[in-house]
Amino acid sequence: MALRKASARFILHSVIIISLIIWIVPTLGLLITSFRPAEEVNSTGWWTVFSSPLDFTKYTLDNYRQVIKAGGMGIAFKNSLIITVFGTLFPVLIAAFAAFGLSRLYFRGRSFIYALIVSLLVVPLQLTFIPILKLYNILNLSGTFTGLWLAHTAYGLPLAVYILHNFFQSLPDDLFEAAFIDGASTWTVFVRLALPLSVPALASLFIFQFLWVWNDLLVALIYLGGSGQVAPLTMRLTSLVGSHGQDWHLLTSAAFISMLMPLVIFFSLQRYFVKGILAGSVKG
Amino acid sequence: MNIKNKKWWVALFLGPALFFITLYLLYPLLHTIVISFFDKRSEAFVGLENYIYSFSSPVMRAAFRNNLMWLVFFTIGTVGLGLLFAILVDRVKYEKFAKTIIFMPMAISFVGAGVVWKFIYTYRPVMTEQIGLLNQLVILFGGKPQGWLLRGPWMNNLALIFVGIWIWTGFSMVILSAAYKGIPKELIEAARVDGANEWRVFLNVIIPSMAGTIISVMTTMVINVLKIFDIVYVMTNGNYGTEVIANRMYKEMFQYRNYGRASAIAVVLFLCIIPVIILNIRREKGGN
Amino acid sequence: MKRCVALLLVFLLISGIGVFARETVTVMGVWGGVELEAFEKVMETFEAATGIEVEFEGTRDLPTLLTTRIEAGNPPDIVVLTGLGMMNDLANDGVLVELSNVLDMKKFAEEYNPVWRELATYEGGLYGLYISADVKSLVWYNPKAFAANGYEVPGTWEELEALSKRMIADGNIPWSVGMESGAASGWPGTDWIEDIMLRTAGPEVYDQWVNHDIPWTDARVKRAFEIFGSIVRDEAYTWGGPIAVNATNFNDAVAPLFMDPPQAFMHRQASFITSTIRENNPNLVAGEDYDFFPFPPIEEEYGTPVLGAADMVSLLTEKPAAKQFMRFLATPGAQSIWVGELGKIGVNKRINPNVYPDELTAKMAAVLQDATVFRFDGSDSMPGAVGSGAFWTGIVDYVNGEDLDSVLEYIEAVADETYTGGAATD
Repeated sequence: MALRKASARFILHSVIIISLIIWIVPTLGLLITSFRPAEEVNSTGWWTVFSSPLDFTKYTLDNYRQVIKAGGMGIAFKNSLIITVFGTLFPVLIAAFAAFGLSRLYFRGRSFIYALIVSLLVVPLQLTFIPILKLYNILNLSGTFTGLWLAHTAYGLPLAVYILHNFFQSLPDDLFEAAFIDGASTWTVFVRLALPLSVPALASLFIFQFLWVWNDLLVALIYLGGSGQVAPLTMRLTSLVGSHGQDWHLLTSAAFISMLMPLVIFFSLQRYFVKGILAGSVKG
Repeated sequence: MNIKNKKWWVALFLGPALFFITLYLLYPLLHTIVISFFDKRSEAFVGLENYIYSFSSPVMRAAFRNNLMWLVFFTIGTVGLGLLFAILVDRVKYEKFAKTIIFMPMAISFVGAGVVWKFIYTYRPVMTEQIGLLNQLVILFGGKPQGWLLRGPWMNNLALIFVGIWIWTGFSMVILSAAYKGIPKELIEAARVDGANEWRVFLNVIIPSMAGTIISVMTTMVINVLKIFDIVYVMTNGNYGTEVIANRMYKEMFQYRNYGRASAIAVVLFLCIIPVIILNIRREKGGN
Repeated sequence: MKRCVALLLVFLLISGIGVFARETVTVMGVWGGVELEAFEKVMETFEAATGIEVEFEGTRDLPTLLTTRIEAGNPPDIVVLTGLGMMNDLANDGVLVELSNVLDMKKFAEEYNPVWRELATYEGGLYGLYISADVKSLVWYNPKAFAANGYEVPGTWEELEALSKRMIADGNIPWSVGMESGAASGWPGTDWIEDIMLRTAGPEVYDQWVNHDIPWTDARVKRAFEIFGSIVRDEAYTWGGPIAVNATNFNDAVAPLFMDPPQAFMHRQASFITSTIRENNPNLVAGEDYDFFPFPPIEEEYGTPVLGAADMVSLLTEKPAAKQFMRFLATPGAQSIWVGELGKIGVNKRINPNVYPDELTAKMAAVLQDATVFRFDGSDSMPGAVGSGAFWTGIVDYVNGEDLDSVLEYIEAVADETYTGGAATD
C-alpha cells in the first residue's frame, strides 16, 4: 500500500517536472542568448554555453546595456505603466458590474444581451481601427492616453464578461436568495457578497488583461501614435531593430526586460488564485 | 425576487458595458458587414462576389484547412493540458513555482515568442553548426536537420500549433485551476471512501463539477483559434502552406487595400463562431 | 497601504489625462536601430537650424498604420514609402501632395539625374523625393578566399558558370543564398529574377513585365526563373540546398563567405549588406576581405544594367513646417548626413564622395553614377498584391520545389485582378 502510494507520487513528480522542463527550455534558450555576444548568437547553438558554464568571457551584458541605455526607455516604461494600469482596471471593473447584472438580475432580453456581448469576442480588432480612429479625430481623442484607455476597455470587455458571468453562474443561488431575503439591497449584495467571492476570477482576469495591454503594440500605435513622449515600452523596444533586421539580437534582452513587470504582477496575485472560492461561506 | 427600481439597477450595471461594446465593437462590425458587399474601395456594389472569393480561392481554401487543424489540435492541447496541470500541481508543494513556469509564455509578447522559437526551430545545413535546439537533438540521435517551419502541410502547421499551445496552456490552466479548487473537498473524499480509484474520481466527480468552466475555456480557445494571427504572422507570414484566415484578412485589408474582400473574410469568420456561441448559451440556459 | 495605492493611481490618472502629443512635423517610416539613429541626426540638424520639432514614428507595420491614419483623417505629415507601388496607389487616391510646388524645381533639375524625377512621377505629377539609393546588381565575394583558390572574378555569365563548375570540382560550394525575411520572405529572389530579366530580355521588356503588359507566363519570364532555379534549386550550387535557401535569413546568408574555412564563395545582394558584414565580422577590411563585382551580363547585347532601390519620402499634408522639412531633405547637406552614417548611396549629385565611410561605398556610388541603363526594383514598383505578395510567395514556393508553370500561373492570376488595366495581352 505504501509502495503504491510512493510510486504514484514518483510518477506525479516526474510528469510535472518533465513538463516543466519542456515548458521552460524555449525561454531558457532566450535567456542564455540574451547574455551572448552578437557574433556568437548566429554561429553556435546557445546550449554550447553548458560545456563551460563558468567561462565568463563567453557572456556579455552588452545586449542589456544597449537596450536600457537606448533613448527614451524610462519614459516608455512610465507610459506603459500608465496605459496598462488603467487599461486593465476599467474593463475588469465594468465587466464585474455587467456580469453581475447579467447573472443575478432578472430582466427581459437578458440572454440576448449576454449572447451579443460574447459573440463580439470574435470581432478582429483590425476591423475597428478605421471607424474608431475617425471618431477620435473628430473628438480630439487621438494621440491621448484617454482614447487608448477607452479602446482597451472596450476590447477587453467581451472576454472579461464571459469569464465573470460564467463564474457568477457557478455560485449557488441560495446564497443570493438568502441575502436578498435578509433585506440586503442590490448594491450590498454586489459589493459585500459577489465581489469578495469572485476574487480568484477577478485576479485571473486582471492578470490576463494586464498582460495583453502591457504587450500590446498595434492598438497603441493606432490610437496613440508613435511619437516620443507617449510611446509605450513595446514601441521603444521594436524601434531598436532596423527595418532589415539589423541588431535583432537586441530583441532577446528586450523580451526579458519587458517580461519582468507582468511576471511580478502574476507572482503577487498568485495567492488570490489559490484561495478557495466558497471557503467558509456556506454554513452547515 | 422583487427588487425595487429594477430598471435603474439594470441600467447602472449594464449601461457602461453596453455603451463600450456598442460603440467600439458592434458599430464597426455592422459597418464591416455593409462594405463586404462592395468593391475594394467601397465604391461599387458587387453583391456576393467577395464571399464567393472567400470560399473558392485556393489560398482561402488552404487557410480553412489550416484553421481546422488548429481547431482540433490547439483546443485539445490547451484545454487537455491545462486541466491535467491544474489537477496535478494542486498536489505538490511547489505549486506556485510550477504554475509560474507554465504561465510564463503568456507574459512574453508575440514578437518575443517569435525570437524564442527561432532558437528551437531554426534550420541550418549539416555542414555547419546548428543554432536551433530541435535540429541539434535530431543530429544527436543520428538524423538529418529538418526545416520544421518549411515542410508542410503537417510538420510546419503542427510546429506552429505547438507554439500556440505553449503560450495558451497557462491561460486555461489558471482558470481551470480556480474551478478545480472550488470543488468541495467532501465530494472527492466521499467518492474515494466509496472505493473509487483516481480515474473514476476524475470522470465521475471532477469533470462533472467543472463542466461549466471546461466548456467556457474550450469556447474561449475555439474563438481564439479562429482568430489566430500573431503567431503565424510573426513566424511564417502564412508561407509554406501555413496561411490562416485572419492573416488573409489582414493582408487584404492593409497590404492590398481591398476593403470589400477583407470585410467578407471577417464576416465569414464571424459566421463560423455563431454556432459555438449559440451552443454555449443553450447549455447555460439549460443548466440553470 | 491601500491609501498609497489609491493615491498612486490618482496621480497616474491625472498625468495620463493631461498628455497630448504636441504639434510637430511627423514622419512615419519602417526604420529602427541604426537607420533610425542616422535619421535622428538629420532631424536634429533641421531642428537646430529652424527650431521646428520633428517626430519620427517607426513601425514595421507601415501599411496598416498608414492606411488607418489616412482613412481616419490624421495622416502623418511625411511618410517614407517602401515601394513605388504604394506611392502610385496613394497618388491615385489623391492623398499625396504634388511636389513641384514644394521643392525648388530649378535646383532639383541641376542636382539630380533625371531618372530620379521620372521614377517618382505618377501621371505627370511628382510625388516622391529620393534621399538615398541602394545598388542591387552586385555579387559579393571574399577576395582572399578567391586568391587562395586561384579563382578570378568572372566578367560574363559563361565565365561565371565555368567558375562555379570549377568550384564544385574543387569540393567547394559556389553560392550562398537566403530568402527568409519574416513577413517579407522571398524578396531576395525577386532581385535575382529582375537582374536576370534585365540581362536576358532587356530593359524594354523589363518595363513591360513590371507594368503587366506581358503576362507572367511569358517565355522570357519563365526563362529568367529557370536560370535562377538552376542555381538555387541545385544542392551542389548553393549552401545547404533549397531548404537552407528558404530557411536562411537574408542577413545570415552572407556569413558562409567569411567562415574559416569559407563555406561558400559568392553572394548576390544589394549594397546595404555591408552594414551586416561589418556588424558580424568587425575585423574585416572593406576591399580586402570583402568586395563585389557586378552581376555579369548574360546576353551580350544587354550589357550590365544596374538594378537599384531607393528610400523615398512623400508628403501627405500641406503643413508649412512639413514642406520646409521636405525642402531640407532635398539638400545635399541633409543627404550627406544620412548616407554618411549608413553607407548608402547618395542621389544628390552635389554630395561630396568623401562622406562615404570607405572606398568600397564610393565604388558602389560610381557604379550607380556610371550606369548606362538603370532600373528600379521591379517588385517595389508593382502593385502591392503582386510585388509584395504573390511575387514573394511565388519565389518561396518555387525554391521549395513547386512546379514553375503553376507558380507563374498563380502570380499571373493575382496580377490579373490587381493591375487596374486588367489582364495582360499577349
